[in-house]
Amino acid sequence: MAPNVLALLPEYILTITGVLVMLADPLFPDEKARKPLGWLAILGTVAAGLASWYQLRFGVLHAFYGTIQVDSFSVFFHLLIAAVALVTLLSSLDYFEGHANVAGEYFALVLFGATGMMLMTCSVELLMVFVGLEISSISTYIMAGFRKGKAPASEASIKYFLLGSFATAFFLYGIALAFGATGSTRIDAIAQGLATTSAPTLAFLSLALIIIGIGFKVSAAPFQVWTPDVYQGAPAPVVGLMSTAPKAAAFAVLLRILFSGFPAYEHRWAALIWIIAALSMFVGNLGALMQRDVKRMLAYSSIAHAGYLLVAYTAFPADGIASACFYTAAYAAMNVGAFTAITIIGGYNERARTIDDYAGLALKRPALAAALGLFLISLIGIPFTGGFFGKFYVFSAALHSGNVWLAVIGLLNSGIACFYYLRLLAALYAKPAQQNEHATYSPVTVPAAIALTFTAVATVLLGIAPNRILGLAQRSASVTTNQSSPLQPSAGTVSSTGTH
Amino acid sequence: MSATVPISAYLVLAAVLFSIGVASFLIKRNIITIFMSIELMLNAVNLTFVAFAHMWHQITGQIFVFFVMVVAAAEAAVGLAIIIAIFRTRQTLNVDQINLLKN
Repeated sequence: MAPNVLALLPEYILTITGVLVMLADPLFPDEKARKPLGWLAILGTVAAGLASWYQLRFGVLHAFYGTIQVDSFSVFFHLLIAAVALVTLLSSLDYFEGHANVAGEYFALVLFGATGMMLMTCSVELLMVFVGLEISSISTYIMAGFRKGKAPASEASIKYFLLGSFATAFFLYGIALAFGATGSTRIDAIAQGLATTSAPTLAFLSLALIIIGIGFKVSAAPFQVWTPDVYQGAPAPVVGLMSTAPKAAAFAVLLRILFSGFPAYEHRWAALIWIIAALSMFVGNLGALMQRDVKRMLAYSSIAHAGYLLVAYTAFPADGIASACFYTAAYAAMNVGAFTAITIIGGYNERARTIDDYAGLALKRPALAAALGLFLISLIGIPFTGGFFGKFYVFSAALHSGNVWLAVIGLLNSGIACFYYLRLLAALYAKPAQQNEHATYSPVTVPAAIALTFTAVATVLLGIAPNRILGLAQRSASVTTNQSSPLQPSAGTVSSTGTH
Repeated sequence: MSATVPISAYLVLAAVLFSIGVASFLIKRNIITIFMSIELMLNAVNLTFVAFAHMWHQITGQIFVFFVMVVAAAEAAVGLAIIIAIFRTRQTLNVDQINLLKN
């Protein structure tokens, strides 16, 4: 196999499957269900995941003049993105059934979006990062508005589009200034160029702009304004996808840029990330306390989780990267799971919106309520779930690096977070069922049940046997830190930023 | 001619254009105008890239501009389609009236 093809095998598989889905779509009569296309897309996603796994045996692969680097770091995120796309496709198979003669291109868009996200995680050249970022963003802009003809859906789509493009412009300007300061857009060449640059202020400005751009994409405060509106208006399965997979890819890009590209500026960006992380946790958790709409509440919760994740960035590279990778996986499992449950409960017309609509669900749909309850418990961070170990690793990495205050803020916020998650949990189990039109729930279909089981098992497994994934995460961390070998930060710089 | 214009002039112009783009993104109320201000920001970035490419004698910056232009075109196609969808459901393009999504 040609080296280029081998290195980008998962992306090729996804793209070809996506094109096939688009080509086959017109062959179906207008009224006919597009489910076979969905199954084709699922097959492609599974194949892409297996291809990523297969790449692991080759060690580090380079392609396209060194702009692509496939290592255990990118494989980790490839597998994660493939899994999220798989769950999203499974849960959307019946969601769009009977409502849209448009589902064909929806499946293709999920595949194209996943391609872009995968490309982001394996590129070591900012040009490729930008292209991947845009492929993933443009696909998700369209998917956000996929409940056609519904005003909230198109509103979510336009808000996501405008603020997303706004953020992209900042990210690009950051790249341009980094190019100006160092003469290169390759991440490793930027690291070398920084050592000799005659314009350190320009370099720092570029770093700040890149952090702003990525901050928008991962919805970290103070760049989070779009998140609640978009998550509330977009279709539930799409929210499951876009609250996890593009964020995971953006976090991976940020890890590569900060730890491989700008290790020389660690003392400066660690302070920036410190502020963003603390702000995200407070804004997310305090905002979520006031929400009645469940999707909106989970949007604020995802802002808070972005904050927890950013705590890992202020720790020592080896611990920090490994715990960030683990947290991304745990967060993806529980959040996609929660939105899968919401997809099944609400259906295409989003029948269940507010917390009161979920009252008494445990009596009518015990299994579904139990699954949603499990994801909520994991989001709180109660032991024996993935969410607990995610938080545990992140906060202990921060503590080991002398970042006591950020860990304290994180733990304080975990306490605040209990209130709103428990409110939904209490509605599920404690409150009597309401007698209203919401009582007619659609049955759980087989693909949705598979998706729910898969995420539930992943959440529990990450909680009772985290070592396997943690081992993978540590392997991926070692790749990224080795790259940045010329300028490893010393213990002193990190702990001094921790006391800001 | 071009040799007499210092590189800093291009960079300052680009920074000013970018700032105008950011300001009008925040101030303007019509979606099309907001969209145009994003394009202005992207073009300011392009100008920065070309200026730095000239300074470093490297083609990377110019290649980047092509990619930015292609991506901006793709983004415009999707963006205008979304704007049409908004206008169909709402009969307005004023962002102040697009406020269904609230708690």
